[in-house]
Amino acid sequence: MKETIITERKLTEKTVIAFTVFILLFIAAIFVWKWIRNQPAESGTLSGIPSPLRKGLTIDEKLFRASFNPNVLVKTYPISAAAKKVRVNGDVGMGNDFDAGNWKLGVVKDNGDTAFFSMDDIKKLPKTDEVFDFKCIEGWSQKTWWGGTKFSDFLKYYHLDKEATNSFVGMITPDKKYYVGIDMPSALQTQTILAYEMNGKPLPMDQGYPLRLIIPVKYGIKHIKRIGTIYFSNTRPRDYWAERGYDYYSGH
Amino acid sequence: MKKIIKKHPLALRWFHWINFPILAIMIWSGLLIYWANDIYGVKIGGRELIKFFPDSFYKALNIPFRLAEGMAYHFVFMWLFFINGLLYVLYTLISGEWRLLVPNRNSFKESWQVVLHDLHLRKEAPAQLKYNAAQRVSYSAIIVMGFGSVLTGLSIYKPVQFGWLASLLGGYEMARSEHFILTIGYCLFFIVHILQVIRAGWRNFSSMVTGFDVVPAEENDVQAPANLPSSNL
Repeated sequence: MKETIITERKLTEKTVIAFTVFILLFIAAIFVWKWIRNQPAESGTLSGIPSPLRKGLTIDEKLFRASFNPNVLVKTYPISAAAKKVRVNGDVGMGNDFDAGNWKLGVVKDNGDTAFFSMDDIKKLPKTDEVFDFKCIEGWSQKTWWGGTKFSDFLKYYHLDKEATNSFVGMITPDKKYYVGIDMPSALQTQTILAYEMNGKPLPMDQGYPLRLIIPVKYGIKHIKRIGTIYFSNTRPRDYWAERGYDYYSGH
Repeated sequence: MKKIIKKHPLALRWFHWINFPILAIMIWSGLLIYWANDIYGVKIGGRELIKFFPDSFYKALNIPFRLAEGMAYHFVFMWLFFINGLLYVLYTLISGEWRLLVPNRNSFKESWQVVLHDLHLRKEAPAQLKYNAAQRVSYSAIIVMGFGSVLTGLSIYKPVQFGWLASLLGGYEMARSEHFILTIGYCLFFIVHILQVIRAGWRNFSSMVTGFDVVPAEENDVQAPANLPSSNL
């Protein structure tokens, strides 16, 4: 270690300078912190948190969307591993005034027309059953069993290929109270299904009867229950939880 | 005249003092996230000894219902935590500082002697260079822990794309608990670190800001300037 002999005065000077810089930087850090916290949220669907944080999340999103590999499949399990009692979390968009008898899935095409599909239209495509670890953004997870039609099959079969070239797909509940926006590569990942069954039986009401989204590459907040309308867009569709400060991408 | 010895290089002081607020933000925002599914505790024989965390603790720190905010801070400041840690490791490797930091053959045995000495249960401390054995062990462990936090964090942040990593760590839920345990580890480290800094005194703390250590007067006298007769003492 290097030794130096200096005068008492020089020592004091060096110490004072070092501590002054140290304290100034400390104060600067506090100002930066306060500045971040006081920045208003962006307007629109990317809301709910100070804009510098949102910018950070958007950078994260860019990075992980660029490196997203649809061929990496979500781990699946045998049916015996699935929970019998499936956790119910969230009931926004699940109002009691829902008329199940008259339900049809509306799909807004790029030309502005809306095509309607009955449950039979969806069920006539090949059925996929999958048991996977459903992950809630709150931090818990549960192995659950779902059955339905692959979203990619649905788009292909009903000639919605052109719509599938959009950057995003949006989905809304019939009462319009819950809504999600999903980047197209995640929506087209082969494990994404329009689910009409849970544990081998039709979806219970509180799990989104008659049709919900199961998208294993996302947190539960994107698995919208009771889909009413599907639409496509090159700009971000509205997203219920993104408006409340959550990550829009919420992908795994 | 005073004799000073260079102790902490400028880069190390930057890394250390940048890490301090950033780790604090990571732990705080992690707490905002953990609250939403606060399932951990220490149970012995069915009885819960420690609950992570009691409601009073959350209330005192204003933790509840801030999950979105917590995630936003966590996933922005993680980059600074990671980059600062990476630069620190690279610096210690390139500068050779690692030789003073990484435990050697005797460090594990000697660190107990250091602990006993610090608790006043042993008279002599083992010989040391810049860091004593206990410091070598704990300062190296904390880097390994930081690495562990990055890996466990990545595997619960992107459990599909990094599914192989999550499996390696025992699965998604296991990785989450490992991430939590590491954080508890930081808090314990922090407590001991602060106690040791207080125990070591102002001169030691000051050197972490100024970078140099002032050699005490009695040691100065030993190497008095040559033109003074030292034999007449």
